[in-house]
Amino acid sequence: MWDYTDKVKEHFLNPRNGGELEGANAVGETGSLNCGDALKLYLKINENERIIDATFITFGCASAVASSSALTEIIKGMTLDEASKVTNDDISDYLGGLPKAKMHCSVMGQGALKKAIADYRGIQILEKPGELICECFEVTDLEIIEAVKANGLETTDDVTNYLKAGGGCGQCLDRIEAVIESVKAKG
Amino acid sequence: MKTVYTDNNATTKVADEVIEEMLPYFGELYGNPSSMHTFGGQVDAKIVEARQRVADLINADPEEIIFTSCGTESDNSAIYAAIKAYPEKKHIITSNVEHPAINNLYKQLQGQQGYEVTFVPVDEKGRLDLDLLYKSMSGNTAIISLMWANNETGVVFPIEEIARKANEKGILFHTDAVQAAGKVDIDVKKINVGMLSMSGHKIHAPKGIGVLYVKKGFKFSPFLVGGHQEKGRRGGTENTVSIIGLGKACQLAKETLPVMNTIVRELRDYLQNELLEKIPGSSVNGDLEQRLPNTVSIGFDAVEGESILLLLDKEDICASSGSACTSGSLEPSHVLMAMKVPFKSAHGSIRFSLSHYNTKQEMDHIIATLVPAIEKLRAMSPFWKDGKMI
Ligand SMILES: Cc1ncc(COP(=O)(O)O)c(C=O)c1O
Repeated sequence: MWDYTDKVKEHFLNPRNGGELEGANAVGETGSLNCGDALKLYLKINENERIIDATFITFGCASAVASSSALTEIIKGMTLDEASKVTNDDISDYLGGLPKAKMHCSVMGQGALKKAIADYRGIQILEKPGELICECFEVTDLEIIEAVKANGLETTDDVTNYLKAGGGCGQCLDRIEAVIESVKAKG
Repeated sequence: MKTVYTDNNATTKVADEVIEEMLPYFGELYGNPSSMHTFGGQVDAKIVEARQRVADLINADPEEIIFTSCGTESDNSAIYAAIKAYPEKKHIITSNVEHPAINNLYKQLQGQQGYEVTFVPVDEKGRLDLDLLYKSMSGNTAIISLMWANNETGVVFPIEEIARKANEKGILFHTDAVQAAGKVDIDVKKINVGMLSMSGHKIHAPKGIGVLYVKKGFKFSPFLVGGHQEKGRRGGTENTVSIIGLGKACQLAKETLPVMNTIVRELRDYLQNELLEKIPGSSVNGDLEQRLPNTVSIGFDAVEGESILLLLDKEDICASSGSACTSGSLEPSHVLMAMKVPFKSAHGSIRFSLSHYNTKQEMDHIIATLVPAIEKLRAMSPFWKDGKMI
């Protein structure tokens, strides 16, 4: 059974800002078909660096669609500086919370936003910097470190819930554990 | 519209006749069938009748029927019995699309007890690689265990032929017939299997009751060691109520088998063909011919299964999905992956499994709901544009 909040269900059934955006001047994409969810975020940004419109197209489960919908609602009207501070927690909170195993949907939203902003500013984000840890879902050590720090993740299960890493064949679980330990060791 | 239930491979409605048969044994007839007094004895008589009814469904002798607590226990018991019977043999043959009820046991045996397990692969239609299967059989093989029909796709393995080959080589053969019972004709006198598992809740009996058929002459070791119940082959006071219900369900299943293969099959085909025709980018997972009459698994390109299920659920339609988000893992089901179903449709695969309680009206409701649901999701999907996959 789905343990979604009414807000998640409502945003899934009636997504806000779905579809491509004519005249968008920034686009951010995350996820892939193979991974089971993907999000393409379109932004229209004015000369004052304010997001005047945002839309999305998403492939994925109900919480992926709802997270995308929530993200566009949150960032519309924000300046890029404000938007760059939006986190996955903001998306989850907006929806009244997401099931633990679905946190990666909100992480995906944050990722697409980051990429869209970089796209607008003409900054090249290095695709997946760092060392590849999870081959199934293509997650690197740097991404794991960032998620562990930002969300206070403690276990490999937490990492899987947030990033999917380790949720496929499971062969990298020991290495994920090691990354978590190294973050803890550094305080 | 009331609930449209097309998830019968997950579980089934307990038949009214079954409930009626069980009711007295919940209440005033609570005796223990092992007791010496008449009060318990009348329950025992009812269990004798149930055992006969179960045996009749698969043309077994009543002494060959052991009642268990579920299909999973039946599967586990079969493997353990084989291991106990042939302790020197350290090889097991199975397929890579088995149910977790047995699949996860193999992983344990491989890990802790040093068993070599051959997981025979299937092709893109879910058909077993028979050449590899036959080549894998050896003097070291303790048991071959293969499901009769797959729960996700409904694909049926050629059990009769495999049983013959296993017998020629003198290897014990078990089949998980949990999904086959009540849907295909099973005759253990004709098909030479050593053991066979069934589960009550897939054939309109309650949950928590199973059967293991054990062919006469096999030296069976119990999985649950305890009292003398089931002739010492399964300890524990009998689940009298459910056994009696299962007996009735088996009697009904025998009667409805022709309906399964005519009316239910036609309904399934109607649903399948309408969906394939009305929804572009859709395809059936599994062999169209060698398949249970009640099951269809369809993959819809560029959309995700959980989202589809939620839109169906909103219209009170129950189905299930092989997608990652619903399998409790992050990857599509191991069955679809074993068949190398491409990700584009594996993530959007939905299984409908019918029973004789379904109607054409219900199929029309599903079609009328699903067509716009897929359109809606595709309108939001980055992988679908202008009527096709991108
Ligand atoms: C093929 C197969 N085997 C075994 C089982 C397990 O049966 P039970 O739920 O009675 O343990 C099921 C049902 O989920 C099944 O579909």
